[in-house]
Amino acid sequence: MRVAFKRPDALVDMPTHYCPGCTHGIAHRLVAEVIEELGVFDRAVGVAPVGCAVLAYDYFACDMVQAAHGRAPAVATGIKRARPDAVVFTYQGDGDLASIGMAEVVHAAARGELVTVIFINNAIYGMTGGQMAPTTLLGQQTTTSPFGREPAREGYPIRVCELLERVRGVAYLARVPLTGPAQVARARTAVKRAFQAQLDGKGFGLVELLSTCPTGWGMSPREALKWVEEVMVPYYPPGEFRTDAADPGGGPLLARVGSEVSGKHGEQA
Amino acid sequence: MDKRVVFDPERCKGCELCVDVCPESIIFMAEEINQRGFRPATVTEQERCTGCALCARMCPDLVITVYRPERRSAAGAREGRG
Repeated sequence: MRVAFKRPDALVDMPTHYCPGCTHGIAHRLVAEVIEELGVFDRAVGVAPVGCAVLAYDYFACDMVQAAHGRAPAVATGIKRARPDAVVFTYQGDGDLASIGMAEVVHAAARGELVTVIFINNAIYGMTGGQMAPTTLLGQQTTTSPFGREPAREGYPIRVCELLERVRGVAYLARVPLTGPAQVARARTAVKRAFQAQLDGKGFGLVELLSTCPTGWGMSPREALKWVEEVMVPYYPPGEFRTDAADPGGGPLLARVGSEVSGKHGEQA
Repeated sequence: MDKRVVFDPERCKGCELCVDVCPESIIFMAEEINQRGFRPATVTEQERCTGCALCARMCPDLVITVYRPERRSAAGAREGRG
């Protein structure tokens, strides 16, 4: 008998602190598998800011840095520019990336930083107890929107991929729900392409993974997956939004400090 | 017969996501509880397991290791983990 499926070595052999059925575990595994498959484990550096996944530094066997709330893309920028050979990724939730960290991610994308962002969107602040996040859906009940999110009061949910789609410097942008084995396989491909965009020097890559928060939503893990499929997916349509540095300017978007990539950004209007 | 699919009961949090995706419907939740207080997913009908690893792909807690018999021909060697 040969092994057909086992824990990737890029993950430490220890149980996670995540709640039962939380798809963080799946997302961790996908990132670890891709790091292994691309053979970049020895030069991978992850950045996890505040959120449930702040303890990712315990679970990933590669180098990990913890950043201030929302500032992972800025920290990742520093690491990548100081160590251009490193393969740098951030692992951020929606309460982190889409609210306090919105400026950092938009600017990292606009600079075309060669980093990969893994964005976990579960439409809620999971770590702090299920408060409303910028991505919370209309009508969704949370501890801070107990009567359901109302646009007149709380505004509209932010679609991060659609927002970044028009930003120059983005080389890869995709959204995949983690609702079943087929979707998980697709998510793995998306994560791999986002890392590949970094390795090829094409630019910024982001993969949004539609995830669950069974505890915060007050559902069983099975109900939570169904809710993603039926409620989240219609508002957050899956797909690949950008697949290369398709930019009128063309070529690498920015001269990398200390790397051989020569930039054209001086020509841009 | 060698085991096709091995569940680590102490890692399992009893979320049951593996139960739904098994095409053979052979995964069930054990009666006993593990040290963390969850009823772990388990399989007894090993001979019915096809080694598709869909359960392992959906497991958030890396509970499951899947084995497949060695292939005799190299022709069918195209196969990836997960």
